[in-house]
Amino acid sequence: MGLSACAGSGPQSAIEPQSPQAESINNLWLLVYYIAVVIFVLVMGALLYAIFRFRERPGDDRQPVQLHGNTALEITWTIIPAVILAVIAVPTVRGVFDMREVPTGDDVVNVRVTGHQWWWEFEYVDYTNAAGETLVTANELHLPVGREANFVMTSADVIHSFWIPPLMGKRDVVPGRITDLSFEPSNVTPPGQPIFGQCAEFCGLSHADMRMRVFVHSEAGFADWVAAEAAASSIPTEGPAAAGWETFNTVCTACHRATVAAEGGVETLGPEVTIVADGVTFVSSLAPNLTHFGGRTTLAAATYANTVEHLAAWLDDPPALKPMDPERNDIAAGEIFGMPDFGLDDEEIAGLIALLKVWE
Amino acid sequence: MAVTTDRDVGSRMPGDRGVWAWITTVDHKRIGMLYAVTALVFFLVAGVEALLIRLQLAGPNGEVLTADAYNQLFTMHGLTMVFLVVMPVAAAFTNYFLPIMIGARDVAFPRLNAFSYWLFLFSGLMIYSSFFVGGAPDGAWVGYAPLSEQLPEVVRMDYWAIGLNLLGISSIAASANFIATVLTMRTRGMTMLRMPVFVWMSLVVAFLLIFSLPSVSVGLFQLLLDRNAGFLFYVSAAGGDPLLWQHLFWIFGHPEVYVLILPAMGIVSEILPVFSRKPLFGYPFVVFSGAAIGFIGFGVWAHHMFTSGMGPIAEAGFGIATMIIAVPTGVKIFNWIGTMWGGRLRLQTPMLFAIGFIAMFVIGGLSGVTHAIVPSDTQQHDSYYVVAHFHYVLFGGAIFGYVAGVYYWFPKWTGRLLDEGLGKIHFWLMLIGFNMTFAPMHILGLNGMPRRTYQYGSGLGWDFWNLLATLGALVIGVSFLVFIYNLIVSKRNGAISGPDPWDGRTLEWTIPSPPPVYNFAEEPTVHALDDFWHQKYAEDDEGRMVPIQPVKGGALAVDKETGGDDDGEPDIHMPTASFYPALSSFGIVVAGFGMVYLPWGWISVGVGLAITLWGLFGWSLEPVTKEH
Repeated sequence: MGLSACAGSGPQSAIEPQSPQAESINNLWLLVYYIAVVIFVLVMGALLYAIFRFRERPGDDRQPVQLHGNTALEITWTIIPAVILAVIAVPTVRGVFDMREVPTGDDVVNVRVTGHQWWWEFEYVDYTNAAGETLVTANELHLPVGREANFVMTSADVIHSFWIPPLMGKRDVVPGRITDLSFEPSNVTPPGQPIFGQCAEFCGLSHADMRMRVFVHSEAGFADWVAAEAAASSIPTEGPAAAGWETFNTVCTACHRATVAAEGGVETLGPEVTIVADGVTFVSSLAPNLTHFGGRTTLAAATYANTVEHLAAWLDDPPALKPMDPERNDIAAGEIFGMPDFGLDDEEIAGLIALLKVWE
Repeated sequence: MAVTTDRDVGSRMPGDRGVWAWITTVDHKRIGMLYAVTALVFFLVAGVEALLIRLQLAGPNGEVLTADAYNQLFTMHGLTMVFLVVMPVAAAFTNYFLPIMIGARDVAFPRLNAFSYWLFLFSGLMIYSSFFVGGAPDGAWVGYAPLSEQLPEVVRMDYWAIGLNLLGISSIAASANFIATVLTMRTRGMTMLRMPVFVWMSLVVAFLLIFSLPSVSVGLFQLLLDRNAGFLFYVSAAGGDPLLWQHLFWIFGHPEVYVLILPAMGIVSEILPVFSRKPLFGYPFVVFSGAAIGFIGFGVWAHHMFTSGMGPIAEAGFGIATMIIAVPTGVKIFNWIGTMWGGRLRLQTPMLFAIGFIAMFVIGGLSGVTHAIVPSDTQQHDSYYVVAHFHYVLFGGAIFGYVAGVYYWFPKWTGRLLDEGLGKIHFWLMLIGFNMTFAPMHILGLNGMPRRTYQYGSGLGWDFWNLLATLGALVIGVSFLVFIYNLIVSKRNGAISGPDPWDGRTLEWTIPSPPPVYNFAEEPTVHALDDFWHQKYAEDDEGRMVPIQPVKGGALAVDKETGGDDDGEPDIHMPTASFYPALSSFGIVVAGFGMVYLPWGWISVGVGLAITLWGLFGWSLEPVTKEH
């Protein structure tokens, strides 16, 4: 445990808090940790002292006093730990109730989270897109600095856990139920250095690959992001991107959604799945919303950087990049275990890549 | 006159030879040996599983294992260590020594005792057979619904659910047996508060199992019905509740961890006084704390669920209850140190492992307290921090304690001492390797690494600590090679121990090494706690021990003429060997196996039940002892 003092850091570290909530948790942990270190030193000190002082040496023929116990000592070393724990219990209980406070008001960014095997869906209920629906994105979470974010969460399949350690402790997402979480990001994330999060409840094959990125913007930056994200994506009419659009419209929209500016106006293609849990409605789908995929920095639930190489490999054979079980997919029943290998040829893949690059 | 047979020179255990003798044995000592050897084999298997896991995680984006293989390996590692290693090794010690320590000749129900062992062995083999027929369970040893209900056509989690239920039957039978033994078969003068702490802890554990196993059994049956018969217990869409699974599991699962640790604490409570040459400090407090831990242990289960959304009242309540349990645990630790204080400490291998237990358990216990701090636990839960915590208490605690027990009691089983030099090498390698492996995991957890993940990316600050943990695991592996070598070599050529190599305090040291099948030629009468010690030493005015007479230990037990038949053996009727316990348990497992593969499995269920009925009838109708 002494090592954790020199633990170092990382973009997913719980001991480098980036919100007052995570900092409060970290402070409580540090308090208990220091008390534990003192107890450890005292107890180990007594143990080591006893070993060295009382060990048998050659020629040692002491006959130890056959002490059976000491009631006063028993009472003392029962009461003192109990008192220490009672002291620690106070901020603990207070922390439990603090974590439960739901922020309200116009300033709060409300996000509905749906956990899927094996990706995260984010619905910004305060904002609508060009098609008049709530704004939905996946795996990369964007938030404004200094404003509370309130997450109401459920799962589409099994229990997952929503965990962004620098921002807050985790909370499970449970099918058929609501759980909630809130925090206020303290700092704008530097360009190219988002905060990392990850699913933290074992959920099957790709549990390890169900990751997130969090981008904290200034107020203006967040407004820009919302505006860009809410806009419809264009339908290219020339070049490989146009061919990619044909492929997209026939293959991908079986599971993925995208909001596009079509002839007759803005429309959203792809299946809409409504999940109702504990009276709350979640707008969901079978696969991540791809409307502005080109603007994402990662793919496959933040497992790979969003480069042409990775995207080409992914489109060619998704289960080779991320362990999945798409043979078991039952689209009609809404049960998806990952993206299959559609047997796309190089031209179709190039077309899709061109299309997705346009969709920034 | 002392009966001198080849028993005293540490050759094979007394009794009949041959495979059939072992299959039909109802001798608690042989059953204890069977548990011990089987547990050791499963330990090596689970250790290999752990090494594979560590090799996969040695660096980022590991490619040693596929995700599917990894998920099976970590599931089976957990299942094996909990149910097929630590519980059986505790059963091994309890089987062998509980009767002797209370001056009895066997347990209350010897055939039921054998039944428990064979059911454990056959169930463990059944679960492991899954590796060869499509894959082992892969839903984590806790099998959370609804993940464990997905894909019911894949039978892996059926092996898990049915296997656990069968193991539960084995444990409940053994628990009933031990409770009956302790309550009814203590020898003259052996009041409850004169029993060794190890016996007390075994008693508490037996009650914990009887009261906790039904909960997980119900949960598992509901899961099997959901998976195989269209039931909806854990299906939210139909009004069921996935969290119900977690409650039912952890109402068992939390007392279960005390089942794992209390016998090891009992062993440490036996070793420290002997190797300090002082009584256990605060015996009634140590006993009562163990009972308190067991009792309070039923009130903390939801501390495994702090992130599941139970609500602040439940979270605060269980957090406080969890803190409370730290108090009796601390009491035990202080009493152990008090035992050593002022003693004359012989730092031989059993003592080294017992001291190692204390040190490692303090660390694990303190990290456990940090888990009780609910807001902090929302960061630690499901991360490598909790993996560190439970390995410190289960490996640094339980395993160190059980290994201490092996070094301590090996001479009683075999008549020979384990090699002291090799023992020290084993100890230091294991201590260093263990800390190299698991200390870094605290850091990994605080740095955000979740558990049950087959790979991790680079750039998260996790690479170095994972590599260190993997190297530590290899050191642990080497330490166990030293241990196995020591066991083999010492069994054959170790120094002869005699009945009382450690100058012990409890009754097992009054009988030969290895003991005769009837344990005591004449059942002892006990006048005090640590009666044997008081037969060897008195206390002077200052409370210091004074030898009563020059004692060659064992002379107290073996110098009685008890008459009997021509070979000089006392005429004591012991329960006769029986084939029916093994047969009945085999039938149960055949039936369980059939349940994995319904509907054609009904044939196997029928055959299995028929075999079981045959076994139970034979069991009921045969006499307990055959006349000579």
